[in-house]
Amino acid sequence: MQAPANTVDPSEIAKFEAMAAEWWDPNGKFKPLHMLNPCRLDYITQQIAGEFERDLTGPRPFAGLRLLDIGCGGGLLSEPMARLGAEVVGADAAEGNLPVARIHAEQSGLNIDYRHTTAEALAEAGEQFDVILNMEVVEHVADPLSYLTATQQLLKPGGLEICSTINRNPKSYAVAIFGAEVVMRWLPKGTHEWNKFITPDELFDLLRQAGLDPVDRKGFVFNPILWSWSISDRDLSVNYVTASVKPE
Amino acid sequence: MDNPERLRILHLMDMTSDIVIVGGGLNGPALALALTATGHSVTVIDALPIKTRKNAAFDGRSYALALASQRLLKAIGVWEAVEDHAQPMLEIKVTDGHAGAGPSPFFMHFDHAELEDGPMGYMVEDRHLRRAFMDAMAADPNITQINGKTVVAQEALQAGVSVTLDDGSKVTGKLLVGCDGRKSGTAARAGIKRTGWDYGQTALVCAIEHEMSHDGIAHQFFMPPGPLAILPLTGNRSSIVWSERTEMAHRINAMEPKTYMQVLRPRFGDFLGQIKLAGDRFTYPLNLTVANSFVADRLALVGDAAHGMHPIAGQGLNAGLRDVAALAEVLTLAERRGEDMASQLVLERYQQWRRFDTATLALATDAFNRLFSNDNPLLRLGRDIGMGVVGSLPGLRRGFVREAAGLTGDLPKLMQGRAI
Repeated sequence: MQAPANTVDPSEIAKFEAMAAEWWDPNGKFKPLHMLNPCRLDYITQQIAGEFERDLTGPRPFAGLRLLDIGCGGGLLSEPMARLGAEVVGADAAEGNLPVARIHAEQSGLNIDYRHTTAEALAEAGEQFDVILNMEVVEHVADPLSYLTATQQLLKPGGLEICSTINRNPKSYAVAIFGAEVVMRWLPKGTHEWNKFITPDELFDLLRQAGLDPVDRKGFVFNPILWSWSISDRDLSVNYVTASVKPE
Repeated sequence: MDNPERLRILHLMDMTSDIVIVGGGLNGPALALALTATGHSVTVIDALPIKTRKNAAFDGRSYALALASQRLLKAIGVWEAVEDHAQPMLEIKVTDGHAGAGPSPFFMHFDHAELEDGPMGYMVEDRHLRRAFMDAMAADPNITQINGKTVVAQEALQAGVSVTLDDGSKVTGKLLVGCDGRKSGTAARAGIKRTGWDYGQTALVCAIEHEMSHDGIAHQFFMPPGPLAILPLTGNRSSIVWSERTEMAHRINAMEPKTYMQVLRPRFGDFLGQIKLAGDRFTYPLNLTVANSFVADRLALVGDAAHGMHPIAGQGLNAGLRDVAALAEVLTLAERRGEDMASQLVLERYQQWRRFDTATLALATDAFNRLFSNDNPLLRLGRDIGMGVVGSLPGLRRGFVREAAGLTGDLPKLMQGRAI
């Protein structure tokens, strides 16, 4: 087992350890993530299917793909990917998440390689993946460029990285911090620090500097009337997601 | 997490099928076929033997299939076998009848010409539907049928569900679906309570042969004791559904056929010429029963098991098939994105989709029945004017036509004639 490397901010890890046991309670503290999950999965599955020419209506469409889920938490994305046939490595810098994820995968009859490690440590060990899921992590790391460069090194040429985060503007402050943490109490106070948020243009720049070729970006939009999330081509004002390819 | 050993055992065991359906009536087979079409394996447990289900004799029962339901049957491959026996419903005439006094001057007339896409629906006899479903299931290698056995116990585990049959054998799957009617044992075993009330009315159902052609027109008369519907079957035959106060209904049903016809005949006049009974007679007590939840741990309820409603507008089977189409869509889309299809989050999507719809429909049919099963002169005047208004405003009328054809609301893909 490798030790977390230097870009992880220790105070961030402690926050998630405290929340780890709650991961799989759909009405617990991670309710917003469970609500967002179908939308994230729609985007991820469609991007992977497009890039690797897989048919999502068939059985185990991602068979043969090696996939890394960074910041896997309780396994909310790792499990669906394993169910779709991918060979999944789930990595989390917060050690407390891993027992929860392992127990749940076993209960679900899924074989997932959960590791207490970081992108940097995996890159140093020479690991290679077809797909990297880098969801809601980049806003928590101390040095985004060095972190994204490590993820780029982990990708095989022609590999796909999906990266999502939160935009930085007055609306995202109001929604993601004041709304989600203070008003709705969806997330514990202090989950996000607004100055760490990244705009889509900044993220595209960072991805390019890291050696990736960003090919798509979409918004995840919460509709408070329907009480559900949807994917938007235009509204990237709060939560958004990007797809990048590593040049061959 | 309470008993990890047992959970592990369930994993190591091969599951019988992805989905276990209890109930072999119409919704159960429809759901089984919809789910195998999207790559699932299904076991259908039916208390009745296949021979009973395939009985070809006409027993007088038939269904008014809305256009949306017909599309579903087409999508799951049973419509072809039913088509030749289906009577298109081209028009619906609604009249505020009054026994002995003739129809009121106002009536509503709905014509399929106001829909771009064919008739408003079809009348199909129960025997033809049953046979078509049985044949389609037998031909499907991904459906396992267990007939003549009943479920005595069911258990939801974290990774799946286990069902025990009366011969002691067990059937396992990821998800259990109760399609076992308004007295659903599946719902009861899961501790799901029901809410409902009795209307004090009973529906009398029979088929008749008549001298003149019905021209594909369905009639609904609203009479003080309850509604009477004349629904066109193939040939010069019609299905009659007629409601009376329960006590009166039982007295009528116990009559000799000749006397029974003497009671029925004056209720809708002579526009079909001479009429006589064709098939058995049935009675159905009219009550509304809605399950307090449509889902539980690794369990979903479909059709009457979720919502038994007043059959006043022939919406029972249509609402059930809408559940089928919605559940198949929710489960399939969840599975395509890698979700555990029987998780609480996924099942909740089905419940949200269908609960509002059915609650609205149940209350609307209930209100309709209360309004029309009444001889209060003021109410009569009000509803006659209402019918006149609906009948004379094309936009409103078209809305009713689309509603009757089942084309309103958040329509599942299978009912739009599209694959999931």
